[in-house]
Parts: sequence; structure tokens; C-alpha cells
Amino acid sequence: MKIALTVNGRPAALDVAPRTTLADCLRHALGLTGTHLACEHGVCGACTIIVDGAAVRGCLTLAVQADGAEVTTVEGLAGDGDLTPLQEAFRRHHALQCGFCTAGILTTLHALLSENPDVEADEIREVLSGNICRCTGYIPIVEAALEARAAYRRASDPAP
Amino acid sequence: MKLPAFDYACPRTLEEATALLAEACGDAKVIAGGQSLLPFMAFRLAAPGLLVDLRKIAGLTGIEVGDEEIRLGAMVRWRDILDSAALAHALPLLPAAIGHVAHYQIRNRGTLGGSLAHADPASEFPCIAVLCGASVDVVGAGGRRTLPAGDLIAGPMETTLGDDEIIVAVRFPRWPEGRRWAFDEFALRHGDLAIAAVAACYDMDGPHIANARVAVMGATDTPQRVPEAEDALNGRAPGDDTFGTAAEAASAAIEPTEDLHAGAAYRRALVGTLLRRGLRASCTRQREAAE
Repeated sequence: MKIALTVNGRPAALDVAPRTTLADCLRHALGLTGTHLACEHGVCGACTIIVDGAAVRGCLTLAVQADGAEVTTVEGLAGDGDLTPLQEAFRRHHALQCGFCTAGILTTLHALLSENPDVEADEIREVLSGNICRCTGYIPIVEAALEARAAYRRASDPAP
Repeated sequence: MKLPAFDYACPRTLEEATALLAEACGDAKVIAGGQSLLPFMAFRLAAPGLLVDLRKIAGLTGIEVGDEEIRLGAMVRWRDILDSAALAHALPLLPAAIGHVAHYQIRNRGTLGGSLAHADPASEFPCIAVLCGASVDVVGAGGRRTLPAGDLIAGPMETTLGDDEIIVAVRFPRWPEGRRWAFDEFALRHGDLAIAAVAACYDMDGPHIANARVAVMGATDTPQRVPEAEDALNGRAPGDDTFGTAAEAASAAIEPTEDLHAGAAYRRALVGTLLRRGLRASCTRQREAAE
């Protein structure tokens, strides 16, 4: 089936089988392999992407359902060669080790902090319960997210 | 696993959608958020030949809080329920229960119509619909009908919906002012399916409890009211003795399920503990609101 969507600001027109998940479509048809797949049934959160502003499971969304949607993947968070303030905070706090889950956690936290730059630690932990990380123990991830709030607050404030 | 192959249709009207379902003679499934159906397909617990997507059909979204009832479109997502200030006031039990549904990303896509049609005995929404006596509006190739939520759910993962029928809305009666409520759930990890959960609501008639309703989910093969626990509450003063008696009555009355997560005796005990805890919290909440 033919679909047209916007991925990281660029238009993409594709022909996909209905059974193709959005995560597989991004990886195989568009070469955006930053979106990782592990469980493929909605438990691990590695495939989290942002569709029309909301963080969703890439493995539980069909590519055909995303016809007309705006999609942001981990590749779309930063400009060329730069890191976003959230990514900088991840580096500073050692919020990753093997890195497999990191793409899904960055997209999840980006969506969360964009919605609510004042989010508290408890809610960050509740949201992260949907992303499995077996390296870090989550503490540095929560610290990085808390630190990144300041940058999201600045971004959401109207210019003085 | 990757999904099995299927055809996909995205009709713009309910007429087209029900016609497609009727034509498929049971080999089609409706997809809304897909948060239960797609994992089922990944596990090959379902392999429909056709998916009929509801996303382009108008009139299936929206939360309307009217004087008599609250109407929730079938495509209302968990996120919409949690974000609704009107619902937090008019039916606070619902967002409290929906806060236990899965995870952030799933709550952004999962819908209440999908949850009802999936009829997982450990799902929160069907339990609240049964507890509150909600009505479900359904459209099929032959027309519309309305049925009580309790009549929709036939068994674990089983409904009385026809092959061509689509849930379009769920309607909850409005609550009187001051109705108290309880919800408590136990799962191994936050966001996992409930091993047991209880929901309850009641009014105060002077110093006594009236119109008590108690429902159990996760511990039984369908979400269900527990009249024995309701009888133990009605006409009594709220307090530890009354709540303890109701909790014991609920534990004794249910026929708990068993699976690899928990045995029947454990689920029976959990239901009592959760109900006692939930009912106690219903009083604390009332006191805090009054202050």
C-alpha cells in the first residue's frame, strides 16, 4: 500500500505491506536504524518513536496507520554533529552503557519533557517503567532527565 | 515475531466498515489503537485476514459530560481520559483506574473501545464499565443496539459482539455529588497486567452506606460485581469493621483464576486486602476533600 509521511522533517513516499510495522518501515525502507527493535510486542520500549507529538511503540503501530503522520525518530532529535541538551545530560550522567535502549528512552523523554518541562522525578520514573534498561539501574537516566528540564523550560518560554 | 500477513482497509464511514466486516465472515478484526491486537497477532494468538482501521471514521472520539450521562467515544485513548479535567471531576474513579493501564507510550494509543472488545479479564476499563453500569452503543451491518457492559463481556477475551459489529461509544450514568469510590490494584511491576484489582463506589445515607457497588478484575475470568460484598456494606457505617466484613465476603464469594503468575488462594487473599485498603482510602479521600 502506498503511504506518505513526514520523517524527521523530510517527506517520504513509500509502498509497504500492511503487516509492516512503523519501526520496520523506518529501519528497512528508510535506513533509519537508530530505532531499535527487541521484544516486538510492546513490552521493552526500545522502538519508541514520536508520532504526531506523542511517544508510541514503533512495533505496535502499523506503517499504514502512519499515513499522513509526522514521525520523529532518535535521528531527528539533534542537528548534524550536535547533541541536544537531553543527550548532553545523558553523556554527563553516564545514563547509558550498552546503548541498545537509549534511542527509545531519548524519544520517550523528549516527548515527556516537551509536554511538561516541570515533570517531577516520580512521574519520570513512572514513564520510564515502559522502557527496559538492563545496564544503568535507571538512576543516572532520571538524573539526566531532571537536569535537561531547564533546557526544555527555556525552549517552551516565549522569548523575553 | 513479525506480524502474520493480512489485508488492510481504512474506511471513512461506519456503513463501509460494517459492510467490510460482514463480507469477511469472521476473518476480519477491527483495529483502533492496536495495543492489544498487534501483540496478539505477533504471538499468533490471532491471525485475521483483514484489519479494518477505524481512524478515519468521524464521531468516534470525544468525551461529553452531560447532565444525565457521560459519553465516551470508542476511539477515546487512555491519554484523553487522564488529561480530562471534566472526567476527573465527574467520574474520578475512571482516571484513577486508567492510571494503572500499561505504560506511557501505550496509553498514548490504546483506546477504550479496543479494551472492551479485547475483553482481557485483567483490563481496568471493562471493570469500571461493569461496576458503573455503563451502556455500550454498538453498530452492525443490521443496525444499532445498546447493551449493558456486563452483557458485552462473555468470558476471558470473549464478547457477545457479532462479527460485523463495532463499538461506537460507552455511556456512564452521572454520579450524585459526594459519591465515594475505591480502586486498588496489584501487579508484579507497575504497568503489568493486574494479578488482582478491585473497584467500588457508594453513597452516604446519613451515617450509613447506600448503593454500594463492588467489582473485581484480574482475579476472576471476567470483571464482575460481587453482590455479597455490596450487601456487607449497605446499611452499615463506614469503618474498619464494615470494610473488613466486606473484604472477607468478597474473598469468599469469588472463584479465582489460576495461572503461572499466581494461584487461586493468593488471588483470593489479594482481593480481600485490596478491597479493605481501597475502602479505607475512600474515607481518607473524603476527609481530605472536606478540609
